[in-house]
Amino acid sequence: MATATGITIAPTARVSRGLWHDAFRRLMRNRPAIVGMVFIAIFVIGAILAPYIAPYGPTVGSLANNLQGPSPAHLMGTDLQGYDEFSRVLYGARISLTVGVIAVMFGLIGGTTVGAIAGGAGGLVDGFLMRVIDVLLAVPGILLAIGIVAWLGHGEIQIMLAVGISYSPMFARLLRGSLLALRESDYVTAARSMGASPVRILLRHMLPNALTPLIVQATLAAATAIIDVAGLGFLGLGPGDPRVAEWGEMLTDSSRFLQSAPYLILFPGAAIVISAVGFNLLGDGLREALDPRLKR
Amino acid sequence: MLRFIVRRVLVALPVLLGLSIILFLFLRLLPGGGPAEAILGQHATPQLVAQVTAAEGLDRPLYVQYVDYISRLLRGDFGASFIDGREVAGTFLVKFPATVELTIGALIFAVGLGIPLGRLAARHPNSWIDGIVTVISLFGISIPVFVLGYTLAFVFGVELHWLPTFGQLDPRLPIDPVTHFAIIDAILAGNWYIIDAVAHLILPSIALGTIPLAVFTRITRASVIEVSNEDYVRTARAKGLTDRRVNDRHIMRNAWLPVTTVIGLETGALLAGAVLTETVFSWNGVGSWVVSSIQNHDYIVVQSLILIFATIFLTVNLIVDVGYAFLNPRIRYS
Repeated sequence: MATATGITIAPTARVSRGLWHDAFRRLMRNRPAIVGMVFIAIFVIGAILAPYIAPYGPTVGSLANNLQGPSPAHLMGTDLQGYDEFSRVLYGARISLTVGVIAVMFGLIGGTTVGAIAGGAGGLVDGFLMRVIDVLLAVPGILLAIGIVAWLGHGEIQIMLAVGISYSPMFARLLRGSLLALRESDYVTAARSMGASPVRILLRHMLPNALTPLIVQATLAAATAIIDVAGLGFLGLGPGDPRVAEWGEMLTDSSRFLQSAPYLILFPGAAIVISAVGFNLLGDGLREALDPRLKR
Repeated sequence: MLRFIVRRVLVALPVLLGLSIILFLFLRLLPGGGPAEAILGQHATPQLVAQVTAAEGLDRPLYVQYVDYISRLLRGDFGASFIDGREVAGTFLVKFPATVELTIGALIFAVGLGIPLGRLAARHPNSWIDGIVTVISLFGISIPVFVLGYTLAFVFGVELHWLPTFGQLDPRLPIDPVTHFAIIDAILAGNWYIIDAVAHLILPSIALGTIPLAVFTRITRASVIEVSNEDYVRTARAKGLTDRRVNDRHIMRNAWLPVTTVIGLETGALLAGAVLTETVFSWNGVGSWVVSSIQNHDYIVVQSLILIFATIFLTVNLIVDVGYAFLNPRIRYS
């Protein structure tokens, strides 16, 4: 065979260099995931560089110049106040992406804490926490976030909390499920028989092995969080600050001009869809990369 | 089977009780003063606050108020709006049919298109057909209801003038609201007014049904592919059964199981999605009522509607679980 001539043999070149390294390599070979990352990168770069790229500020313009169609001076036209739509979509990326991503992080932190306590402790604690989760899950979909915002009031922090709380049951259940399965695994029994403390078993042995479904779910949740945050903004429950551009609120303002200025729906709408597609593609890619047994 | 149903109901009851406690506290613990201040808004005079506090018994101990609240709920008394003074239960019965109509419309669209698409993709896995179906379902889960709603309204309403984009019925038609189901009322009024009612329903149903469409497509595709690899399917083919018989009898009967569960779960999500859809299409249902109540700080209505939505959601889940146990006897004995 080829060994005699010294040509590299394929299997030896593919030596495993650890779970994360392997997963990263698989992710980089997944074309849809790359497309997703490019979509996300476009908006992240746009958000960071908004003051340098955007031709105008988010609230620069005059009423005399309002509702202009797309033109070289205003690539995406101007809105009701005469603000440049392109600049507002760029600045809007700052609010919409950060609020969406931080909301998921809130949900992840809250959910995994509850899930770890429930799955780690078991028994009565588990029973009680799961009933609390059931109560939260009984309020369907975005309605829970809407109710919490109605209670907490307007503002970016309030939206992050509301969406975060409404996502936490999902993460709690996911982690608890994995932990309950892992409790019965041989290496946890081995660690316990060697005298490791319950906390050490939970943090060192169980959590790292329960991590991958959480990462995948959090990435997919970022897509729905961006949509939900925009939905709250659309319903008039957004940051409520006219100086701030937010994609959902931009759509509420322009819905009255569907006939005369449809581009005001098109551009912020496309921004939401493209960023959500990005996170969905990345999430699906991560799922395949982190779980090599899963083949489509 | 009866024991199974009873057990499932007993599981749902404490959840509703817990939610009622949270919602009860929701009104009492609102930031910015007591419940009377929250109800009356920030410009309330002290006299008015005292008046409302006394009238609603808000000065009594919390547990007394809670018992009172629960016993009123059990009698079907959900309180009255502080904006127009109308009973929540009465207004709900008028508005709920519109939401049911919208939800059923969306479900018909999503199931009617999603399951055939999923089967089609599963029959040709990794082909260009599968690719197109995958892209459609990716956009389906990535597009917000209101963006899709306005896009549909622009294309089919504003540009093409094919379909109405506003309300449930043409207000110029002489249709009496008898049942508050626009389609049934239109049938009762005769003169083929049903065409108008159905036309009004199409765009909102597509907007609301697109996310479930994507979900149903994905789950059907995955389920059919999984069942197709089972030994008994290979046996059926080896026996020389026709392709159609294998698909209908051996694959689909088993592939339906996960699909029905997801259809049930998504029905609850549709109720929540109706909040956004109804706002886009000026649909006079419970969803747009939730939004206007929150904007008006009408907390009694918000509190009651969330509880009602949760009850409906849990009931739908219960029906799905029972239906699932009916379809799949293995569940009943576990």
